[in-house]
Amino acid sequence: MSVEVNKIDCAEPNDQSNKIDRYRRQFLGALGVTAAAAAIAPGVFLREVQAKPDGQAITNKVRWGMLIDTNKLPDGGDSMIAACKKEHGWGDDPHASPAQQSQWVRKVTFKDNLTKHETALPVMCQHCETAPCVDVCPTGASFKRDDGIVLVDKHICIGCRYCMMACPYKARSFVHEHLENQRPESPRGIGTVESCTLCVHKIDKGEQPACIEAAPAKAAVFGDLNDPESSISKALAKYGAQQIRSDLGLNTGVRYWGI
Amino acid sequence: MTVATNHSVNPQSDVLSPEQISASRNRQLVFTEWQVSDKTFYGLLAIIGLFILIAAISFFYVEHHGHYVTGMNNQVVWGMPHVFAIFLIVAASGAANVGSLGTVFNKKEYQPLGRLSLVMAMALLLGGLAVLVLDLGHADRLVIAMTYYNFKSIFAWNIILYNGFLVIMAVYLWSMIDRQKLAKKFYKPLGYIGFMWRFILTTGTGSIFGFLVARQYYDAAILAPLFIAASYVFGTACFILGLVFFYRFSQRDLGQDIQNRLRYTLAIFIVLVLFFEMVRHLTNLYATEHHGVEAYILSGGDKITWLFWLGQVLLGSLLPLLLIWLPSLKNNQKALLSAAGLAIFGGFSQLYVIIIGGQLYPLALFPNASVESTFADGVVATYSASLPEMALGVGGVALSALVIVIAVKVLRLLPERLQDE
Repeated sequence: MSVEVNKIDCAEPNDQSNKIDRYRRQFLGALGVTAAAAAIAPGVFLREVQAKPDGQAITNKVRWGMLIDTNKLPDGGDSMIAACKKEHGWGDDPHASPAQQSQWVRKVTFKDNLTKHETALPVMCQHCETAPCVDVCPTGASFKRDDGIVLVDKHICIGCRYCMMACPYKARSFVHEHLENQRPESPRGIGTVESCTLCVHKIDKGEQPACIEAAPAKAAVFGDLNDPESSISKALAKYGAQQIRSDLGLNTGVRYWGI
Repeated sequence: MTVATNHSVNPQSDVLSPEQISASRNRQLVFTEWQVSDKTFYGLLAIIGLFILIAAISFFYVEHHGHYVTGMNNQVVWGMPHVFAIFLIVAASGAANVGSLGTVFNKKEYQPLGRLSLVMAMALLLGGLAVLVLDLGHADRLVIAMTYYNFKSIFAWNIILYNGFLVIMAVYLWSMIDRQKLAKKFYKPLGYIGFMWRFILTTGTGSIFGFLVARQYYDAAILAPLFIAASYVFGTACFILGLVFFYRFSQRDLGQDIQNRLRYTLAIFIVLVLFFEMVRHLTNLYATEHHGVEAYILSGGDKITWLFWLGQVLLGSLLPLLLIWLPSLKNNQKALLSAAGLAIFGGFSQLYVIIIGGQLYPLALFPNASVESTFADGVVATYSASLPEMALGVGGVALSALVIVIAVKVLRLLPERLQDE
């Protein structure tokens, strides 16, 4: 993408594009520094994602979010998707047809009809602030934690699939069969609905979601959207970002660059 | 045979003038159980029971294996069972219309049929709910659905609306058939409550789709009135078939007057449904963001398009209207039955187009772009109902029929004669 930007700059040199280009370089530089800091001193970086003692309640002082730079994802997010699959064990259910297989995260490729510009990105639960799946769930099984993570309470999900009808991102899947060898932290009970948990089990231990760990360098940032000092908040404050279907006004926790 | 005279034709009038007494004697109604031979009755139960048995086997089959044995998937999450369930639930509300006409609007012609109307309404709702519940991923967690409520969910409200409907209709029915006159005072109030409840209930059912912001084919307030109008079509059509069936099999008189009233009720609401559908599609066709889904439904060329134009519009709406209004078919019972049958077929087509068609069309994540993924983004999904799904749906209809048949056999619901005055 940066190559393309340079091409545009060469063709049409003007102040505005130079300014954008400069911002972009500054941002990439900042991301680079962040990545380097993370590599050298993980403790410093992980302070953003502090481990939560088991007895401590979730608070809304934190809102977890994710920023994905599609320009930095040469594989369109394949590595992130593979990491998610490995972490949670979905996608190879023995009996389900391809259309019935769960996909907690998928690679979506879209090509603009006019410009023919093609973009690939991983799409998963966008952890909306006002999530339609939470609104429609009759039992409250589909719920949002105070820290913004949208989850399914597998104990009270009756499997009505109304949340799947309501999700504008098609982020949810239905478990179509009995499954063996489920991960303890990712229960996949038959007849319930499931989706990206933002690796809540890792976050609560002060770790990063699996997809973030697997993402190419500088392609994805995870952190607290409520903390103005977090890398993600700084990047968002400086450069903004896009939401998929922002017209719905859902205030998603997952933001993108380059879409 | 026990004969019960009807005290509920006009239960509010405690004191009758001599003229009224003599008039009411002349028109005295006698309600009796459905008089058919045991052979017919138990034969009928056996046939209905067979369908229920097949549905039960289908339920346990899906329950045991999981939904992978159905045609439903992560793109089309609601399938044929939901088409049946929603048809029956919507029809239930419409079937109670005859009761409302007698009680709320004081239409004497309909009052003798109030009992059958309410029983049909309850039976249809039970059948629909059974299908809906048995298709859940966790039907065993029904108690959770009854004890955990998220009041922002229209589904949660519907659980209350459906259960409330059953209770209201049951007490309303009691107020009609109670010979001790204990419940007489409930007759009018429950008639009004039931009438309003029906509107709210069908609004709630239509809003299951109306409240879905995600999908291009839903997310429209007009779905609620559309469902209300459709409920009159489905309910009246079911009522016509049931009424004629019971009267024919017990050789009772069924006058032209009541048949014609039901005939025109059916016609008016078919026209109203067509009107709402037209407004809905025209509004969608005006908005660019809906052009894709409209093109898919109206001219996409697959079975959804056929079901819309041929199933819903031509066979399910225009042909019944022709059968009802063609002068040469006036007072023709076969034409009326055909019209009712076709209207039911049109109703199923309509719900299939709305429920399945609305899901087959992909979500619009990125407008003005060609989209692809491993999860059916940007392409029309596929769905074909599996045998267990069909069997479960038909089982819901059978359950409704079972309740109605047993009710008319053991309760005094049917007037002996309904001949013209």
